[in-house]
Amino acid sequence: MTHPIVRFLARRVLYSLVVLLGVLVVVFALVHLVPGDPVRIALGTRYTPEAYEALRSASGLDRPLVTQFVSYLGSALTGDLGVSFRNGDPVTVTLLERLPATVSLGLVGIVIALLIALPAGIFSGLREGRVSDAIVRVSSQFGVSVPDFWLGILLIALFASTLGWLPTSGYRPLFEDPSGWLRHIVLPGLTVGLVAAAILTRYVRSAVLEVASTGYVRTARSKGLPPRVVTSRHIVRNALVPVLTITGIQLATILGGVIVVEVVFAWPGLGRLVYNAVAARDYPLIQGAVLLIAVLFLLINLIVDALYAVVDPRIRLS
Amino acid sequence: MSESVLSVRDLRVRIGRRDIVRGISFDVAREQTLGIVGESGSGKSMTVLAATGLLDVPGAVVTGTSTLEGESGPIQLVGASARVLRSVHGGRIGFVFQDPGTSLNPLLTLERQITESLEAHRNQTRRQARTRALELLEAVDLPDPEARLGSYPHQLSGGQRQRVMIAIALACDPELLIADEPTTSLDVTTQAQIIDLVRDLQRDFATAVVWISHDLGVIGQVADDVTVLQEGQAVEQAATSDIFSSPQHPYTRKLLEARPAIGAPGPAPVAGDGKVLLKVGGLDVRFPITTAVGRSTVHAVKGLSFQIRRGTTLGLVGESGSGKSTVAGALTGLVKPDGGTATLDGTDVLGVRGAERKALRKRISLVFQDPYTSLNPRSRVGVTIAEPLFVHALASSKQNRQARVAELLDLVGLPTSFASRYPHELSGGQRQRVSIARALATEPDLLILDESTASLDVSVQARVLDLLLDLQTEMGLTYLFIAHDLAVVQQMSHEVLVMRDGMAIEYRPAADLFAEPEQDYTRDLLAAVPTRLPYSAS
Amino acid sequence: MTDLSTDESTRVASWRLLLRNPVTVVSAVVLAAIVVVALTAQWIAPFGFNDIDVPNALAPPSGTHWFGTDELGRDVFSRVLVAIQASMRVAVVSVAFAVVVGVTIGVVAGYRGGWVDTVFMRVVDVMFAFPVLLLALAVVAILGPGATTTMLAIGIVYTPIFARVARASSLSVRVEPFVQASQTMGTGPMYILRRHILPNISGPLIVQTSLSLAFAILSEAALSFLGLGIQPPQPSLGRMIFDSQGFVTLAWWMAVFPGAAIFVAVLAFNLLGDGLRDVLDPKQRTMIEARRQR
Repeated sequence: MTHPIVRFLARRVLYSLVVLLGVLVVVFALVHLVPGDPVRIALGTRYTPEAYEALRSASGLDRPLVTQFVSYLGSALTGDLGVSFRNGDPVTVTLLERLPATVSLGLVGIVIALLIALPAGIFSGLREGRVSDAIVRVSSQFGVSVPDFWLGILLIALFASTLGWLPTSGYRPLFEDPSGWLRHIVLPGLTVGLVAAAILTRYVRSAVLEVASTGYVRTARSKGLPPRVVTSRHIVRNALVPVLTITGIQLATILGGVIVVEVVFAWPGLGRLVYNAVAARDYPLIQGAVLLIAVLFLLINLIVDALYAVVDPRIRLS
Repeated sequence: MSESVLSVRDLRVRIGRRDIVRGISFDVAREQTLGIVGESGSGKSMTVLAATGLLDVPGAVVTGTSTLEGESGPIQLVGASARVLRSVHGGRIGFVFQDPGTSLNPLLTLERQITESLEAHRNQTRRQARTRALELLEAVDLPDPEARLGSYPHQLSGGQRQRVMIAIALACDPELLIADEPTTSLDVTTQAQIIDLVRDLQRDFATAVVWISHDLGVIGQVADDVTVLQEGQAVEQAATSDIFSSPQHPYTRKLLEARPAIGAPGPAPVAGDGKVLLKVGGLDVRFPITTAVGRSTVHAVKGLSFQIRRGTTLGLVGESGSGKSTVAGALTGLVKPDGGTATLDGTDVLGVRGAERKALRKRISLVFQDPYTSLNPRSRVGVTIAEPLFVHALASSKQNRQARVAELLDLVGLPTSFASRYPHELSGGQRQRVSIARALATEPDLLILDESTASLDVSVQARVLDLLLDLQTEMGLTYLFIAHDLAVVQQMSHEVLVMRDGMAIEYRPAADLFAEPEQDYTRDLLAAVPTRLPYSAS
Repeated sequence: MTDLSTDESTRVASWRLLLRNPVTVVSAVVLAAIVVVALTAQWIAPFGFNDIDVPNALAPPSGTHWFGTDELGRDVFSRVLVAIQASMRVAVVSVAFAVVVGVTIGVVAGYRGGWVDTVFMRVVDVMFAFPVLLLALAVVAILGPGATTTMLAIGIVYTPIFARVARASSLSVRVEPFVQASQTMGTGPMYILRRHILPNISGPLIVQTSLSLAFAILSEAALSFLGLGIQPPQPSLGRMIFDSQGFVTLAWWMAVFPGAAIFVAVLAFNLLGDGLRDVLDPKQRTMIEARRQR
């Protein structure tokens, strides 16, 4: 009899693979849904009959649809995502080059978000209905309504252009230039983190509210436990379980959504890569980037599920 | 002479502009049990929570006095500081609440949930607390207590969880135990066990108990003194035996009379040909269930056979999980059976399709348990009752439909003006009558009542049951009456089928079954029902 | 049967409860103003949105130019008004698309169950695997930039959330006894969907519509910022912010006012959505009513 956690995870992995297959179909279909001829569009002004034929057969677009899909599937699974229409570089290599920048931005963003959202959401949830709760609620509403690119531009205008404390754009890799990395990641990290904090605060608050009204919190109070114990051992610990799930989703959303922030800060990450690829109609690159981001998303969700299984005894011991 | 542990005088609770508790006084004597009984809306929970300083409703104003007596002098609980209350809660007053499913923290082990009280009040080390926790689990008769220390709540049954709650409440040897509807969510047999357990523990631990319930039968089993509450006031307070033998207040008398009880007469015998209306053979139903960790199958009904004669009532009895509601589902098409046959006056019930199926739906009607969710909250009562008329084209015009709706409302004892009201404007009992009216709209051959009075207050239930009996005599209706309450079943049924785990345990005429049950399970069920007489009298 | 709930007879009509919350009232008023602007922008704008006036370029806010002028001397206030109109049009059309398609998919999946449900929801899950902006970008990549593409892209991207909300709600309504009662009576699925299911899922859907309108405005702004949404010479709030990047220290008004317009519109929709949720979600409702008694 296999362990419940193993069975739980196996189901989740299977489910993710099914979704992944769907993702692959969609990504593959991207190129073929383009009205007109993708190769011709990509070549644009550089069109010559020879270049056309060359690019077409190099991309395999001259073979039947099903064959194309199968071979795409095959090469994708072995890590070969084709070559860029624009400069012929292998897509996989380009993606991997740009991945660290986006990942570090995403992680810094989510850490900033958690550092703000956890205390604020818990604080506000425990003081429901009071003025301090209202302040937190209104602030998080503000944070959710702000366009992130606007926030970025304003931050640059204030801290970089006017005050000159921080650089206006660019990226330094962590392991080569730690202080440079830090200086360059502050503003974009804040831009991403503040908006994510607003979103997370609302979820943390509602999780705390929901837990605070349960029967077992009433039982805890009826035992005469000190309020700090009731809060930490009963309310917060139980509220963290759904918060864990939301944080994972939020991180995954950030990874896919930093496109605009990366453009504002000229950040050499996946987001900016996708943007440039879309502008240039570089379909293999678009496909590869979309696929990678979707895969990261599914992977993060799986990790969250695994943590969930470890934390919640109802899954661990069925 | 026993002194009182808790003395409450002129307790009042006001929320906003409404007075919920209006000047209640009572005493809880040392090592005795006070039963507080009242229907929903009587304020019984709020009274006790306010008296013990545990009321947490925003905007509630509590006045009056509630004095906890002790060696270190009396403590005033109304208006006491948070620190004082914290030392009292758990330390000197223990609490057991109604729903064991949600009263325990799902992420903590049982040991932790018991030891945290001990750490907070007794300053014990983990080791000492663990030993005590083990003692407590043994005291509440939890099987395999050593292993259970490391278990989580979801691994226990409802009855076991309630035992753990009791252990937690008694951990610090409190002088007073407050039990708020502790057995209401449990099966009859489990309820009987818990009642016995609390009685034994009270003796062993010398604790005073306040037992709150809507069920006079339960109160009769557990209490030495009774306080009867109606709409925030105490209408009668006396020793249990006095309350039961010579109730003074009309409301008390109403509550006592409304209780269905074993030994009371059943329904009138039916004259007539006694032709079989519904015949069920070998009914078999299985459900696939999917949990987070995988699929499995529940065998809900296992080869059940029975028949109902026209104009009579078959009582289908079982505890939760027995499969009785699944039978109703199979006969009305909500659930697809995996095997067996069922015929209504010769017509196949289970296998029909298409237009015949729709025609069959006219002949079998179902009344659900919960009055609050059986009616579409967005539709007026008249529209709801008219729906079957509309669906089966039983009235030729809108006026005819409305006329028929008025007839039906009248039949169930409701004013015809109710047709333009919305469900939330009606009480629980009135809503159940609307459900019955809707069920009767198509003049069905068979009416299935699935726990139709279980969610109603006792007095309301009595009136609805009377209505059903009257309708049966007047219109010759045939009922399949599904319930878990044996006393109610006896009042309504000509024949009884006892179910357990999907199978028929005993199937006999009601009079015979209640007089001399043949199976042990039936005997257990009957023994577990709180009797008419209070415990102290027997 | 513990009796800690408030009395049924104190239930109040939904809209009246809505009016008691000052924040919701203010948001509704602000939104009404925005709708008026969206409908009448061309007539109430003091200047044409493309009136170039280079000598007056980069002028700070003044009596003539309330929001100042941009690098070509165009009146920022007029441009913001017309841009709001364009944003609202995109938001409303795309959310309408998402509601119609999403709710249909969700309700059918929730009610029918079985393989229909599984198939529909797997498709929805696949769409959820793509972050919103990425999916929108992908659609734009296929169809080319422009306002119409933006509407379609945002519409497609928001369909899954409506499908999920509609499905979850209809699933929970489907198992309510009053729906089962209709089924035992032999009522047909169309009647049940129309009279029993749809009226009872409207609450969460209305809330989601308000919230989605908020995010649709943000998404449209992001796409325009990237040059992939509403195309020049039509002004768009996102593009105006993009253009302002080179001039932020010289002319802060070019960045601040368009951004503030987005912010105010999105905030108003979010606050309205929250207010609606408080009133339409039965659980929240009893808490509000209890507090009201104080």
